[in-house]
Amino acid sequence: MTTGVDPIVINLIVFVLAIFVGYHVVWNVTPALHTPLMSLTNAISSIILVGAMLAAGAADLDWGGWLGVVAVTLVSINVFGGFLVTQRMLGMFRQKERGTGATKE
Amino acid sequence: MSANQLALWYLVAAVSFILALKGLSSPHTARRGNVYGMAGMAIALLVTLALVYSHSKHVLPILGGMAVGGALGAIVARRVQMTQMPELVAAMHSLVGLAAVLIAIAAVNNPQAMGLDFPITFGHKLELFIGTFIGAITFSGSVIAFGKLSGRVRSAPVVFPGQHYVNLAIGVAMIGFGIWFCASPPEAEWPPFLIMTALAFLLGFLLIIPIGGADMPVVISMLNSYSGWAAAGIGFSLDNPMLIIAGSLVGSSGAILSYIMCRAMNRSFFSVILGGFGGEIADAAAGAEKKPVKSGSPDDAAFLLSNADTVIIVPGYGLAVARAQHAVKELAAKLTAKGVNVKYAIHPVAGRMPGHMNVLLAEAEVPYDQVFEMEDINSEFAQADVALILGANDVVNPLAEQKGSPIYGMPIIEAYKAKSVLVNKRSMASGYAGLDNPLFYMDKTMMVFGDAKKIVEDLVKAVD
Repeated sequence: MTTGVDPIVINLIVFVLAIFVGYHVVWNVTPALHTPLMSLTNAISSIILVGAMLAAGAADLDWGGWLGVVAVTLVSINVFGGFLVTQRMLGMFRQKERGTGATKE
Repeated sequence: MSANQLALWYLVAAVSFILALKGLSSPHTARRGNVYGMAGMAIALLVTLALVYSHSKHVLPILGGMAVGGALGAIVARRVQMTQMPELVAAMHSLVGLAAVLIAIAAVNNPQAMGLDFPITFGHKLELFIGTFIGAITFSGSVIAFGKLSGRVRSAPVVFPGQHYVNLAIGVAMIGFGIWFCASPPEAEWPPFLIMTALAFLLGFLLIIPIGGADMPVVISMLNSYSGWAAAGIGFSLDNPMLIIAGSLVGSSGAILSYIMCRAMNRSFFSVILGGFGGEIADAAAGAEKKPVKSGSPDDAAFLLSNADTVIIVPGYGLAVARAQHAVKELAAKLTAKGVNVKYAIHPVAGRMPGHMNVLLAEAEVPYDQVFEMEDINSEFAQADVALILGANDVVNPLAEQKGSPIYGMPIIEAYKAKSVLVNKRSMASGYAGLDNPLFYMDKTMMVFGDAKKIVEDLVKAVD
């Protein structure tokens, strides 16, 4: 189907559609959870770990590959830290759950 | 694993991320959402690891790095205090930015190892350039934001003459070197690439130092957005849809939060970015403290509170600074036991980052069904007997509804509509906007001066 279409164009399509999805999903986030939203999106942005892995997994592990290993280490702090702190925060919101969730926009 | 299989797994991970964000639409579903997020991340990382293994077998350094970083992250996540969340988030943004730069350097060094053509095509170079400079700005900007939020760097705006022109010149030079890098043959790529990266680091630093402490909620949201765009930029250069999708989700989320914060502070995005506002007009109202205020003791305040039917508590960051959240919760519990209807009203910029005050109250085990956002509760103040304002100032300043005042148009919590108003502050000093607050001089207002924690504890004792 995509014969002749440059990968850059496909990337652009994915990019624009993802922004639209993000825009609509994020406007639905209740303001009470904006801090967890930020720590969660921070954890999600550590998806850049995928790029770091590709760099660190070079066939000949030269200095560039080791830079990739450094990047893997740094971003791993984010992956684990981000999701765990989000979970911890959301746990606080859950503790006294009762009645109907009133904190809605 | 074939490229198609890989891409399909990435699709599963991307859908999980979207479900994770969707979960945050209510506290009921939020934890499940976060689990979706973790699952998506695990899938994306496992299939990438499998890909690396099938190519080069060099997975041990990766696993080692993940173990070290993961352990550090887990420790930080457990130990961090909720008041420190803004710092933590700033620090984490900086890591994403730095990683983007490191990955780009690795890609320039050895394009084929990252699945790129050699020499790298012009298009991919352009994308690398964009990912690198956004990453570098994110890194140095977040480091400064972290320094300001944690008190390691003075949070006052650092302004010097010609600042905007210096920034503009650096920005233009950075783009110039970036384009030079894109046009260079492989053997001449490094000098323009490295200069461009260094200029981007410098620019991130210069963009954030003029921004004052009060604007931090915007800065931190903006850097959140940048870290997403950096990931997306790297995704473009590596032709990796996973990075593009996740990066765009984060980028748009940060952009929306920046917009919400700007609107709540009645500031245009550009006036924040161009900086220097936070402290400039702080002297404007310094002389206006002659008017009489009515001040009272905690006992007087407790009398008012226990005889009320409805009390709305308006917490500001001063409350969190004094670590008085638990005392407030105790006070609310006591009042509730006496049949008083207690609610909390939260302004969007009540904390140091979006939604910060909600987390601080949740940490103090305040049930979230008592906590309301500004728009939802403003209509209730007219029926409320007492508005109890703790460590908040600008966000309840009625001047915002007066044409010609510097904060005209800023959405405020309409505490002045309550039948009586109790204000706890340490002194009559003005808030961040540097304005006097007419609310403090109203006939129905009683000021209770003192440290928030001490006063609230006294109130708890006096309410019996």
